[in-house]
Amino acid sequence: MKLLESLSKRYKRFLEERRYQIEDMKLIFDLWKKSPLTMLGTVIVISLIFMAIFVPWFAPHDPLEQDVYNRLAPPSSEHLLGTDQLGRDILSRILYGSRISLVIAIIVVAIACSTGLILGLLSGYFGGVLDEIIMRVTDIFLAFPRLVLAMAFAAALGPSLLNTMIAIAVTSWPVYARLARASTMQIRNEFYIEAARSIGASDLRIMFRHVLPMILAPIVVQATLDMGGVILTAAGLGFIGLGAQPPTPEWGVMVSEGRYYLSSQWWVSTFPGLAILITVLGFNLLGDGLRDIFDVRMRR
Amino acid sequence: MSSKNTLLEVRNLKTYFYTYRGVVKALEGVNLKLGYNEIMGLVGETGSGKSVTALSIMRLINPPGKILSGEIIFDGRDLLKLSKEEMREIRGKEISMIFQEPRAALNPVMRVGDQIAEAIETHEKLKKEELKNAVIDLLKKVGLPDPDRLINQYPHELSGGMAQRVVIAMAIAFKPKLLIADEPTSSLDVTIQAQILDLLEDLVSEMGSSVLFITHNLGVAAELCNKISVMYAGTVVESCDTYTIFDDPLHPYTVGLIKAVPKMGQRGELYVIEGELPDLVNPPPGCRFQPRCPKAMEICKRTPPKTIEIKPGHVVACHLYNEG
Amino acid sequence: MDLRTYIVRRLLLLIFVLFGVLIISFVVSHVVPADPVQAILGPQAPPEAIERAREQLGFNKPLHEQLIDYLWRVLHGDLGKSLRTNRPVIVDLKEFFPATIELATTAMIIAIVLGIPIGIISAVKKDEAIDHVSRLFSLVGVSMPVFWLGLILLLIFYYRFGILPGPGRLDPTIPPPPKITGLITIDSLISGRFDAFINALKHLLMPAFVLGYYATAIIARITRASMLEVLRQDYIRTAYAKGLRERVVIMRHALRNALIPTTTVIGLTYGSLLEGAVLTETIFAWPGLGRYATGSFLFVDFSAIMGVTLLIAVIYSLSNLIVDILYAFLDPRIRYG
Repeated sequence: MKLLESLSKRYKRFLEERRYQIEDMKLIFDLWKKSPLTMLGTVIVISLIFMAIFVPWFAPHDPLEQDVYNRLAPPSSEHLLGTDQLGRDILSRILYGSRISLVIAIIVVAIACSTGLILGLLSGYFGGVLDEIIMRVTDIFLAFPRLVLAMAFAAALGPSLLNTMIAIAVTSWPVYARLARASTMQIRNEFYIEAARSIGASDLRIMFRHVLPMILAPIVVQATLDMGGVILTAAGLGFIGLGAQPPTPEWGVMVSEGRYYLSSQWWVSTFPGLAILITVLGFNLLGDGLRDIFDVRMRR
Repeated sequence: MSSKNTLLEVRNLKTYFYTYRGVVKALEGVNLKLGYNEIMGLVGETGSGKSVTALSIMRLINPPGKILSGEIIFDGRDLLKLSKEEMREIRGKEISMIFQEPRAALNPVMRVGDQIAEAIETHEKLKKEELKNAVIDLLKKVGLPDPDRLINQYPHELSGGMAQRVVIAMAIAFKPKLLIADEPTSSLDVTIQAQILDLLEDLVSEMGSSVLFITHNLGVAAELCNKISVMYAGTVVESCDTYTIFDDPLHPYTVGLIKAVPKMGQRGELYVIEGELPDLVNPPPGCRFQPRCPKAMEICKRTPPKTIEIKPGHVVACHLYNEG
Repeated sequence: MDLRTYIVRRLLLLIFVLFGVLIISFVVSHVVPADPVQAILGPQAPPEAIERAREQLGFNKPLHEQLIDYLWRVLHGDLGKSLRTNRPVIVDLKEFFPATIELATTAMIIAIVLGIPIGIISAVKKDEAIDHVSRLFSLVGVSMPVFWLGLILLLIFYYRFGILPGPGRLDPTIPPPPKITGLITIDSLISGRFDAFINALKHLLMPAFVLGYYATAIIARITRASMLEVLRQDYIRTAYAKGLRERVVIMRHALRNALIPTTTVIGLTYGSLLEGAVLTETIFAWPGLGRYATGSFLFVDFSAIMGVTLLIAVIYSLSNLIVDILYAFLDPRIRYG
C-alpha cells in the first residue's frame, strides 16, 4: 500500500514538473489533428516506411525476375502496373525501390543535418573568426547546385549509390548550418543563457542543454522537407545514369529505362515517376504541416 | 439619451475571435458614450479588450475576428450598418487612429513625406505643389523641425518620438471629429511621452476633436482626460468623469485599480488585486470579475450585471448597484 | 551599412567564393579520382599515353604546384580537351551555353510572371478555394521530378496529340537565323525572321514550362508566405486606418515589402533551374550544357564534366550577386543605412 502511494506520488510529481512539456505535446497533437493535409502527409510517410520494411511480404513478384516473353506488357491482373523491357513486374520493382529511396534519404539527411547542425551551432554561439570561416565555407558549397556537384563527384569517383550519397550530403549540409546558426544567434542573447552562464555552466553544457533544444524545431522541419529534395536529386542522378546502376530498381533509373518506349508502352516510365511524386509529396506535406505547427507554437 | 451632445455611442458591442484554441470572446457587450470635445480615457489591463474596442469602432477587425452584434453610433450614423466604401471614407477623415509602436506603424520602404501625402490624397485631390505644402504644414504643426529634409527620409531614420509625431500628422490631416489613440506613448521614453501628450492636448483643443485615449496607465489618463472608462475582460465596468473616478469609485475593480497605484510617501506593501485574468475562451458565467471580487455575491456567479447610469454621467456595471 | 559598402563587400565575397569554387573543382578533378590522368584520358587510353600525359600535364609535380598550374590554366580559359568532340572544352561550352541560357531564362520569366501573382492572390484570399488550389498546384510543383513531368507532357502533347513540336530548338525544315547572340529567339527577331521566331517559341514552350514549373511553385510559395507575414504588420493596419482602398494597400504597401525576400529566392531558384536544365535538355534533346554534360557521362568525358560544373557554379554565383545587389536597392534600410 505504502509503496503504491509513494509511486503514484512520484509519478504525479513527474507529470507536474513536465506540465509545460506535456501541454506542449498536447498542443502539437491537436494542431496536427486539425490539418488534414498534414495528416495525409504523415500517412504517406508512415506507409512508405512500413512498405519499405515489409516489402518482401507485399511484393507480388521478385523485382529482378525477368520474363522475356512477357516484356512490355500493359497493366493486367497478373502485373498490376505492367512489365518493363525485360519482363520484370513494375509494381514489385517500385515497392522495392522505396527501400532504396528511403535509405538514401535517411542517410544523406542524417549526415547533412548533424554536420550542419553542429557547425551552425558552433558558428552562431562563438561567433568571431570561427563564424567567418564556417560561413565562407558554406558560401562556397552553396555555389554549386546539388545535382551538378554530384555529377562531378560521380564522374570522379565512378557512378555508384554510395558516391552519390556522399555527393548529395556534401551539398546539403550548408543549409542546416545556416539555419542552426541563425537560430543560435537569436537565442544566444536571451536572458536564460546569461543566467546559465552566471551560475557557472560551461559553454558546452549551455550549447547542448539549453540552445540545442530550442533550435531543433526549424531543423526538424527542414530535414523533413529535405528528405523529399534528396529523393528528387537521387532520382535525377539515377535518371542520368549516375547513382544506382541497373538492375537495381531505383525509381529514377526505372523512368530512364522506360524512355525509349514512351510513345507506346507509357506505363514503364509513368508509374515509377508517380511513385516519386507521391513520396516527395508526402514528405512535403508533413514538413509544411510541421512548420505551421511550430509557427503557431512559437507565436503563442 | 440625448444624441445631440453625443459624438460616439457604442451599445452592446460584441466581438469574438475564432481561433484554433477556441472562440475568444474578446468583447462581451461594450458600452461607451463620448461627447463632442471630450477626451475619454479607456483604461484597463492588457487583454481587457481596449484595443479590440478601438479596432471594432474603426471596423478594422480582420478574420479570425468578427464583430458579432451591437451598435456604434457615430455622429448619428451606425457605423456597423455602413457599406465598406462609406466606412473607408470615414477612416482617416472623420475618425483617425494612432498606434503604440510608431516606427512599426510606418511603411519601412516608403518615404515619410509620401506616406503623409497619401493620407491626404486618399480623401482630397490636390495638385503636386499644394500637396507638398500641405505635408510640410502638417509636419510643422506637430512640431517637427526641418520638414523639407524630413519628407525624404525613411522611417528607420527617425527616433521613436519623431515617428509618433509623423503618425499624428497623418491622423490630424483632416481635423477628425474623433481621434482614437491606442497607447501612443507606451513605447516612448518618459520625457518624450510628456511632449507627445502635450502635443496631443494642444492639437485636440485647437481642432475641437474628441479623443478616445487608450492606456493601461491610470496616472496618464488622469492627466489628460476629462472622462474615464474602465474596462475589464471585455466589458466596460465603470465610466464617469475623472474626478469622480478617484473620489468615488463604485466598481470593486476600479477601487482595486486605484488602490494599486502607488502614491508618494506610501509605505509598506503594494496593494495587488488577487487572482488572474479570466480565460476569454471559457469565461466565468455571470460577472467576469466575480472570481477576484472581494464583494462578490451569489448572483454575480450566475448573471452578468447590467450597465446602469447610477448618477448623471456616471455609469457602472455591477450587481452591487443593480438592485438599489 | 550603406549601398556602396554593401556592394563592395558582396563583390569581395563573390571573388572569394569563385576562388573556393576553383579549389573545390581542383580537388574533385585532381584529388578525388583514383588516377586523375586516367580520368582525363578516358578508360580506353593505353598505359604509355597515360604516363606521357602525366609528365606533360605536370601531374607528377607536388600538389600545391599542380594547384597553381590548374589555376593558371583555368584563368586562361584552358579547361582541357573533350574526349567526345575532340575540341577544347571551352569551345564546346561556348557553343552550348546560349541554348541553356535561353531555356533557363525563359523558364525564369515564366516562373516570375506566373508565380508572383499566384502567391499574391493566394495570400490575399487566404483559406478560400483559390488559395487551396494554388497551394496544391505549388505543392505538386515542388514534389514532382522534372524529368518525369517532361516525359508526361511529351507523351501527351507530342506523341498523343501532336500539338507541340518534338525535340530540338527548331523544326529541321526551318533554317536557323544568323548567329548573333546564340539565342534563337532573339536572333530571329533581330534579323526579322519571324517564321523562325514563332517556331523557336513553339519549341521553347514545353521545355521552358517543364523546367519552370518547380521555380513557379517555389516563387508562389515564398510570395504567399512573405505577403502573409507583411499583411500582419502594423503599417498595413495604419494604411487601412488612413482610409486606403484594399487594392492600394496590397499593391503599394504590402507588395513592395513582400517582394524583397522574394527577390533573394529568385536568385536561389536560378540555381535549381540550371540543375533542372541538365535533366530537361536530355529529355527534349535541347542542345545545351545539360545535354552536353549527360552525354559526356556515357563517354566518361571527365574534362567536359568538370568544365560544365565549373561554368554552372560561376553562372549561379553571378546570378546570386545580381540578385543580392537588387535586394540592396529595394530595401532602403540597406540603401540609406
